[in-house]
Amino acid sequence: MATHDNTINHARSASIIRSIVKHNIFIPCAFLILLLLINIFINPGFLKVSMGTDSNGHPVLIGNLINILSNATELVILAIGMTLVTASSKGQDISVGATLAISGGVVMRVLCGNETQPSSLHAPIIVALLLGCLAGMACGAFNGILVSRFKIQPMIATLILFTAGRSIASMAMGGLKPKAVSSFGYYGNFIPGFPIPTPILITVLVIIITMLVLKFTNLGLYTRAVGVNAKASSLNGLNPSLIKFLTFVVLGLCVGIAGFVQSSRVQTVNPFTIVPSIEMDVILAVALGGNSLGGGKFNMTGSIIGAYTIQTLTSMLMTLNVNTNAVPVFKAAIIVILVVIQAPIVKAFFSALMADLKSKNNRGKGDDTYVVVE
Amino acid sequence: MQNAVLRMRGIYKSFPGVRALQNVDFRLCEGEIHALMGENGAGKSTLIKVLTGVYVKESGEINLKGLDKPVTIKSPQEAQKLGISTVYQEITLCPNLTVAENMFIGRTDELIVNWKKRIEKTNVILSSLGIPAKATQQLSSCSIAVQQMVAIARAVDMECKVLILDEPTSSLDDQEVSKLFSLMRDLRDRGVGIIFVTHFLDQVYEVCDKITVLRNGELVGEYLIRDLPRVELVSKMLGKELGDLSSLHNETACDIARQQEIVIEANELSSDSGIKPFNFKTCKGEVTGFAGLLGSGRSECVRAIFGADHVTGGEIKIHGESVRITSPLKAMKKGIGYLSEDRKRDGIIGDLSVRENMILALQVMRGFFKPFSKAQAQAFADEYIKILGIKTASADTPISSLSGGNQQKVILARWLLTHPDYLILDEPTRGIDIGTKVDIQKLVLKLAEEGMSITFISSEIEEMLRTCSRLIVMRDLNIVGEIKGEDMTQDRIMHTIAGGATTHGDS
Repeated sequence: MATHDNTINHARSASIIRSIVKHNIFIPCAFLILLLLINIFINPGFLKVSMGTDSNGHPVLIGNLINILSNATELVILAIGMTLVTASSKGQDISVGATLAISGGVVMRVLCGNETQPSSLHAPIIVALLLGCLAGMACGAFNGILVSRFKIQPMIATLILFTAGRSIASMAMGGLKPKAVSSFGYYGNFIPGFPIPTPILITVLVIIITMLVLKFTNLGLYTRAVGVNAKASSLNGLNPSLIKFLTFVVLGLCVGIAGFVQSSRVQTVNPFTIVPSIEMDVILAVALGGNSLGGGKFNMTGSIIGAYTIQTLTSMLMTLNVNTNAVPVFKAAIIVILVVIQAPIVKAFFSALMADLKSKNNRGKGDDTYVVVE
Repeated sequence: MQNAVLRMRGIYKSFPGVRALQNVDFRLCEGEIHALMGENGAGKSTLIKVLTGVYVKESGEINLKGLDKPVTIKSPQEAQKLGISTVYQEITLCPNLTVAENMFIGRTDELIVNWKKRIEKTNVILSSLGIPAKATQQLSSCSIAVQQMVAIARAVDMECKVLILDEPTSSLDDQEVSKLFSLMRDLRDRGVGIIFVTHFLDQVYEVCDKITVLRNGELVGEYLIRDLPRVELVSKMLGKELGDLSSLHNETACDIARQQEIVIEANELSSDSGIKPFNFKTCKGEVTGFAGLLGSGRSECVRAIFGADHVTGGEIKIHGESVRITSPLKAMKKGIGYLSEDRKRDGIIGDLSVRENMILALQVMRGFFKPFSKAQAQAFADEYIKILGIKTASADTPISSLSGGNQQKVILARWLLTHPDYLILDEPTRGIDIGTKVDIQKLVLKLAEEGMSITFISSEIEEMLRTCSRLIVMRDLNIVGEIKGEDMTQDRIMHTIAGGATTHGDS
């Protein structure tokens, strides 16, 4: 009897392990944890978070982990929008870096007007945020119309703003590189007296809103349905073009928020150097999250974890004092490994291997899990 | 005893939790057309896939003529090299290439290609097999039937000994089918062993020599066609005596008079699909049918009513009230449901779960900001999985991993959930097994009895005779006749479809 119970328990724990391993965010999570472990191995104090003070004597949290969480903000927010665009349009928006420069530029122009070093802000910050988001959404709408109405491939459609965006940003700023007063820096750094970096709070807020939207609207279902089979979706009363368009606008909103945070970090925007090639990191985050870049089903949690993974990797290479010019090489090397492990063909190989081991085990025990119908 | 070209013995193959094939034997002789029959899930496709190297068998032996050792087939390429070729229901050639390019693609190691020679060779093969295509023609400009024949010609040219035809006829019309059959007979006479997988019983009896029946992954038996009458074949496939298949009949036919309530009325409706303006009306609880060949405008009519094509003229009245239907969503909100013709392309959302596929239409009607909770959706799914007897591991299973018949039931559930007044079923039984076919036919009659108006479209006239009380016959995008009551016979319908010329013989 006891052995029987044992077998049942064993089977149950095995099935729990299997369901964890099979879960679609297992691999992204495993990567992130692995990276963190490597970091701890290199630097045992990696996870340490301590309370310090900034130059003005305000209490702030310091630590590698805090830096990663804070610096990942733009990546996470953009990955959320990119996930939806990927799912619905079966393609990626490569203009997010350039359009982020535009919305950042709009924010700076609204705050500083035509002055390079204004003594006070020209407009309330909320107005700057809203106009920045509006600029982002306008860029998203432009991309969205090209993709959904004119059926241009997303990468080609967004190549237009990718090429022109940073120059447009420079024009939007009137060719100036203004620096806003330091109170604008609260949103990219710390609010005086509050120790948690503001970007982390913004990220949490955006993630919560995203999850609520996915839970309380049909955005997720419609996006997936259109991404998997647009023709069938339209016969079910959906408007595939409209949904694709909307996902681009949502990404535009994400760009607006990310642009606001980014411009607040240093209180200035250089449209030609801000967030260099962030679009590739964002797309990678989506891929690392276990999403097919061919569209269809998506895994939002995976993308968010993917974004943190990339940020951890970047930070790790920084702390290892890898030459800045060599960072991309190391990053690429590690990403190759991550992507290959997730490739369906490799996954299939491993699951076949597992099944093989399992069947050998079972044969050893002499029990057959199949019921043979006579 | 004839020369066996292929012998499979004791084949086993299982998937997690399912024994797909158990100890299956199969034997194919030279120069025979051998039907492989069974319901969906009987193991036909698995057996074919084992044979073509898509799946690797777990145990058992495959012997090919001319090889003294059993073979292990690890990939479709290997199968091809061994002389096993497959032509699938979906064309797996490249539509953007020419016929000749398709004939030779992926078959040669030559560095320098003599296209002129190849085109000549292709033309020789095409004409010897009587295929109406030119070597330089782009494949997509050929009809589906010709494309399929090109695929067969390609297989023949690769000197295949075993030719597998997997549901080749399901998107062909009668004429095309008969052309395909004469090609098959021709190949048989040349000594090719042909495995023919189909759901159409008529076709089996028309063209095959032998039948092997599978059920639940096991071999039921191998029979000569003359030893196995139709009814027995069906009962062997289902594993039970089938009494109710033939007794099914639409008895509401005569009751139309008492139900004068007109649900849908279309006046001079036309759409951008090219359909000629047509009139149509249907009463409460009536089952109407659109009969006609492929491309005769059957689907185009109902698509215009549903707003799936852009409506260019005419009007629709629902319960006597004139409405404008410009999109499927508007039609759905007016109580119309449309199960589309091409299940794979226009019906299922492949990667999404059974549950999501089921609730989709109702969810869209309910609106963007009112998603069903998971519990509600699950309740709907559980209910209809039970009512329709859908075989699926769970409601979370992706619909693409279900068998064709079960996929169709899920799509049916999708529309039943919206409780339409008028439900259009466009080829709901294409490519699915007999058991499910009968289920769907019965369901149609039951729904009609409960007061739903239904339009049922099928390429199988028998099926329409069984379910419909009135048939609208179409030819060349026109309605050419309406048949009801006593007149509803196969002959009469055929004649109407074929048009005046054939009714008076060949004159």
